[in-house]
Amino acid sequence: MIRSKRAVGAVVALSAALALTACSSSGGKDAADSSSAAAAPAAGAAAGPKKTIAMITHAAPGDTFWDRIRKGADAAAAKNNYEVQYSSDPDATKQAQLIQAAIDKKVDGIAVTDPNTPALGDVIKKAIAAGIPVSMFNAGGPDALGLGAIGYFGQGEKDAGIAVGAKAKADGATNIICVNQTQGQQQLVDRCDGVTEGAAGAKVKMIYVNGTDDSAVTTTIQATLTQDKTVDYVVTLGAPIALDAVKAVKAASSSAKIGTFDTNEQLVAAIKDKSVQFAVDQQPYMQGYLSVDSIWWYTTNGNTLGGGQNVATGPAFIDQSNIAAVEKFAANGTR
Amino acid sequence: MTTVTATPTDDRVATRSATATIMGRPEVGALIGAVAVAALFLLVAPAFRSVGNIGTILYGSSTIGIMAVAVALLMIGGEFDLSAGVAVTTSGLAAAHLAWFFSLNVWVGIVFALALSLGVGAFNGWLLHVTGLPSFLVTLGTFFVLQGVNLALTRVVAGGVSSNSLNDLDGFASAKAVFASSFQLGSVEIKVPIIFWAALTVIGGIVLLRTHYGSWIFSAGGDSAAARAVGVPVTGTKIALFMGVGFCAWLLGMHNLFNYNNVQSGAGVGNEFIYIISAVIGGCLLTGGYGSVVGATVGSLIFGMTQLGIFYAGWDPDWFKTFLGVMLIAATLVNLYVKRKADAR
Repeated sequence: MIRSKRAVGAVVALSAALALTACSSSGGKDAADSSSAAAAPAAGAAAGPKKTIAMITHAAPGDTFWDRIRKGADAAAAKNNYEVQYSSDPDATKQAQLIQAAIDKKVDGIAVTDPNTPALGDVIKKAIAAGIPVSMFNAGGPDALGLGAIGYFGQGEKDAGIAVGAKAKADGATNIICVNQTQGQQQLVDRCDGVTEGAAGAKVKMIYVNGTDDSAVTTTIQATLTQDKTVDYVVTLGAPIALDAVKAVKAASSSAKIGTFDTNEQLVAAIKDKSVQFAVDQQPYMQGYLSVDSIWWYTTNGNTLGGGQNVATGPAFIDQSNIAAVEKFAANGTR
Repeated sequence: MTTVTATPTDDRVATRSATATIMGRPEVGALIGAVAVAALFLLVAPAFRSVGNIGTILYGSSTIGIMAVAVALLMIGGEFDLSAGVAVTTSGLAAAHLAWFFSLNVWVGIVFALALSLGVGAFNGWLLHVTGLPSFLVTLGTFFVLQGVNLALTRVVAGGVSSNSLNDLDGFASAKAVFASSFQLGSVEIKVPIIFWAALTVIGGIVLLRTHYGSWIFSAGGDSAAARAVGVPVTGTKIALFMGVGFCAWLLGMHNLFNYNNVQSGAGVGNEFIYIISAVIGGCLLTGGYGSVVGATVGSLIFGMTQLGIFYAGWDPDWFKTFLGVMLIAATLVNLYVKRKADAR
């Protein structure tokens, strides 16, 4: 009994000592907290009771892309004394229910993505009819202003695809695979179709991977590269998928180059060390920020952005030429 | 002269006290849970208190409840159907693709989808019977097959990931009126699926508790060998239960199609577990032979209240699944506790 007590004491002392000495001098939550505090681009904060904005997207859980959007939305909310309540569902029928619930709740504004206008158009119109200002972003560009949204902030998916295809072609691509991480999403299909169009003359094949499982993504891309040795360009539709593609290209000892849609902190590092050639950036932080900020401008001063047109947040390329400038901001999680 | 006859009491036929009878019902745990969840959100979410929003909550619950009723019956009959989630999507897509591709009256598509859904159900039941494999495995196979067919055929027929619009076809307006209309009841908007859900609950409840077929379901799920020995047509009973799931999948599929004007080919995956969870919260045993249709309906209501309640309360919806998991285990424990107490009396 005494022995075991002593043993417990020793273990406690040892782990306490370990915990003290094990503090990392860099990285971790501390570092992230101090850098993001400095980063948030804030103007003068508005006063009064907090208003509630519902942000409702079609995001599947666990994609880093949407973190950028949420950070942008939170920054605009902090500036405008708003509270952003975020929710998402990739199933359009459930996203429609979330929008209905926001109407029921009489929120002060709705920022919404619209990947499927036939399914969501009615409930979006209902929100507008109920007197709630609705801004749209990321998806649904062609229909947004027609539905009565106060603005749309995003990129044309097909245009971005065409730009990517052209860039890959200029970089010497002859046989491209376009890696689609979610079966059944029109936006992603549009991107690959755009790549096919932009890279006219080169062969483009779309393959499906399971985007929520990194090891499955890596092995699927690797298998494709092993099976067809002539593939010389891999285009991925999301930053985490591009990072998996880097591993797959190495494992298949292929010489294929990689280009991707969207970006995150690790991807910026990958462009810097040249394992990824380029990323086409639709500036999700701006999409989130503007979709919330536009509601503030609209309700406080009757302003709208875009002059009756969609506001394009992309496509903009990140590659060797401008990586140094972007790197600084990416570390804050805002690019 | 009077003769007093002492009747020997037999505890097998003795009437149980009213409380014991009520507490012994499988749906009691779910009811307690529903009251608790409702009380919680009434307290913390102002929008939850508004009468007009009952319509939204009931509607959200009905899109689960329509399926949960059929799934509960199937589970009482001792089987699972993991294809139930994608079957809804399959049904909607079948109607949309057929009608659009051949430019037919949408009702032709609707009838075709009904036949297909019943067929898939019958196939599940038949395959279960001839292979003798567990339904978990058989329907897992169907689940993957349907998921692939949904995506591939939609790509072929509609050239994309969702079915094309049927708005211009004959019969669209009448189909929308049947499957996706709504009316006002005071300040509450009642959408048609709520009526479907209520009707299915009543019909399912009566079939289960007041008909021969109902006792067949219980006995097929409880001990199929014994049931066969006393002459219950176990195979037929189970095939009919699978077809019941197919019917409900069709009903919900048609609502989704006509309410949202198209069906996404990747939708429905994962919903099968939501139906099963609702049935289990409602008192169904995973082993079969015990459960309740009304319980499954209350389970769906708990689901709908939680889903929207978290939103109304403004909580981070990332926690929804966690909350759900805790509730599932709590409901199961309450069910177990209540059942033991009731049996002990």
